[in-house]
Amino acid sequence: MEFNREFILGCSAIGAGLAVIAGIGPGVGQGIAAGHAAAAVGRNPGAKSSITSTMLLGQAVAETTGLYGLLIAFLLLFLKPLLWGVN
Amino acid sequence: MRVLLLTASSDVDVMAHGVFKYSFFGHEAWITTTHISLLFIMLILIAFSIVGGIVIRKGAEVPGAFQNVVELIVEKLDGMVDGTMGKNSTKYRNYISTIFIFILFSNISGLLGLRPPTADYGVTFPLGVVTFTLVRFNQFKYHKPKEIWTDMCSPLPPWLPIWFPINVISELAVPISLSLRLFANVLSGTIMMALVYGLLKWASVIWPAALHVYFDLFSGAIQTYVFCMLTMTYVSNAIGGEE
Repeated sequence: MEFNREFILGCSAIGAGLAVIAGIGPGVGQGIAAGHAAAAVGRNPGAKSSITSTMLLGQAVAETTGLYGLLIAFLLLFLKPLLWGVN
Repeated sequence: MRVLLLTASSDVDVMAHGVFKYSFFGHEAWITTTHISLLFIMLILIAFSIVGGIVIRKGAEVPGAFQNVVELIVEKLDGMVDGTMGKNSTKYRNYISTIFIFILFSNISGLLGLRPPTADYGVTFPLGVVTFTLVRFNQFKYHKPKEIWTDMCSPLPPWLPIWFPINVISELAVPISLSLRLFANVLSGTIMMALVYGLLKWASVIWPAALHVYFDLFSGAIQTYVFCMLTMTYVSNAIGGEE
């Protein structure tokens, strides 16, 4: 079966859209981290700076999986690897 | 639709470009925009370090503005390394401070109109590999081979190395995830800014400054901090306990 360029481009766009669904997980995770950090600051306002830095570190690590999804989406959109075999 | 796709891909400028082609032992090699950005950053950092060195060597009793800034930077970086690595910190202050300043300048160089060098996987992967090498080196320096073997088979006893390949993979994933995290963050910021400038054209005049603050300054600083923090954590884990 022969696929033309436009069909593959469209499928790449759909794949990119599906890949950024990976952003849901980090969103939930960062929200949980921020919520717990807010609770911790409420309980112990003196430790605010160290709580904030720990929260940001954890959030940045949790963000990684979402970024992998974003990276796949960018690859599909800009590098168009599925088109490599086609003309 | 076709027209929109074509214009989008021709105006949006996200990739590193080749500037100058040369032959390297018969291979075709390119000086890209990444090299040029790196060169600018290196020149800035070298100039800053030379001037800073001169100012600190003179060392006024009541510090001037520039001396204050230099002392503040060194104090903050030393404090960061001390706080994370404890007693092992003295050996790693120089390296961690160097990569901190380098990655920070690379990440925020989008503000100067350069393409951030850290948005090129060829820049971040070596940084991850250096971290990996430091971790392995310290593990072999501070632990006996038997301990390392026990550690690598860790959930199961050392005479049953079923878990060994999985641990090897998880160790090998460390530099890849470290470098991909930095790379993907900076690249996503670069692509967002390129989309804003490339697609909106005349409509993107003053308000992208707010996006620059988030994507370049905030995100770049956080990722720099995270990279250095994780490097320090891995290295101090490899060095081991407080005996």
